[in-house]
Amino acid sequence: MLHLILFSVFAIICVAGAINLLVQRHPINSALSLVVVMGSLAVEFLLLGAEFVAAVQVIVYAGAVMVLFVFVIMLLNAGEEERTRGSQVALLFGIPGMLIGSLLIAWVLVQSGTHSVAVGALPGPPKTIGWLLFHDYLLPFEVTSVLVLIAIMGAVVLASPQDSVQRKRKES
Amino acid sequence: MVPLSYYLVLGGILFACGVTGFLIKRNIITIFMSIELMLNGVNLSFVAFAAQWHALSGQVFVFFVMVVAAAEAAVGLAVIIAVFRTRETLNVDQVNLLKL
Repeated sequence: MLHLILFSVFAIICVAGAINLLVQRHPINSALSLVVVMGSLAVEFLLLGAEFVAAVQVIVYAGAVMVLFVFVIMLLNAGEEERTRGSQVALLFGIPGMLIGSLLIAWVLVQSGTHSVAVGALPGPPKTIGWLLFHDYLLPFEVTSVLVLIAIMGAVVLASPQDSVQRKRKES
Repeated sequence: MVPLSYYLVLGGILFACGVTGFLIKRNIITIFMSIELMLNGVNLSFVAFAAQWHALSGQVFVFFVMVVAAAEAAVGLAVIIAVFRTRETLNVDQVNLLKL
């Protein structure tokens, strides 16, 4: 029962943050509501027994990635976005279609999902996950490390000033 | 005890919010944040399925998704900075030409 209450409270916070992200017009408000969504998702992970994933969610997503976002927003001095008048077709067909589709999917999921997930159902201590990561998934792990290396180099090349890159090209 | 379907519905709602933001937002940074929201919704269903089937592989996949999302955020924000430097706008409606 307590589990259900905790789930509901943080699910409501999560959905409210996601909707606030859509409604807000200034990017910094959207970024802060995304931090709220990620924090409450970490609590949902804890409820599922995945404590290591919850910790990584807070550190990597709510910490590193969102700091990067806020940094770029402040660097570029992003202002409020302009509103355009939406098309009539989207209002007429899109919103009812989306409502019907999501209700159908939710109905099917609720009908078929008779299993329940208990608190701490998943025995996922960091030791087990580390063993899995460095034994069974060693090759994907190495591939992602190369991917991150390439991403760092790409970010440096893309974000460096263009004239300095062209100057280097002329020199070489 | 929370049914598995509740977690899946929550993940679906987050994913739908991300898709909606991706389609209706005009600011390129907010569009990027909507993509992160979609990835988070998918992560939640990964962990929920992992708990359902007692398979820790789901959690490992979540790590890989996080790593790829972090790499994507770094490169994407660098692209945004490059776009802003050449166009001096963040509005995607005004970024409609390949050449300058």
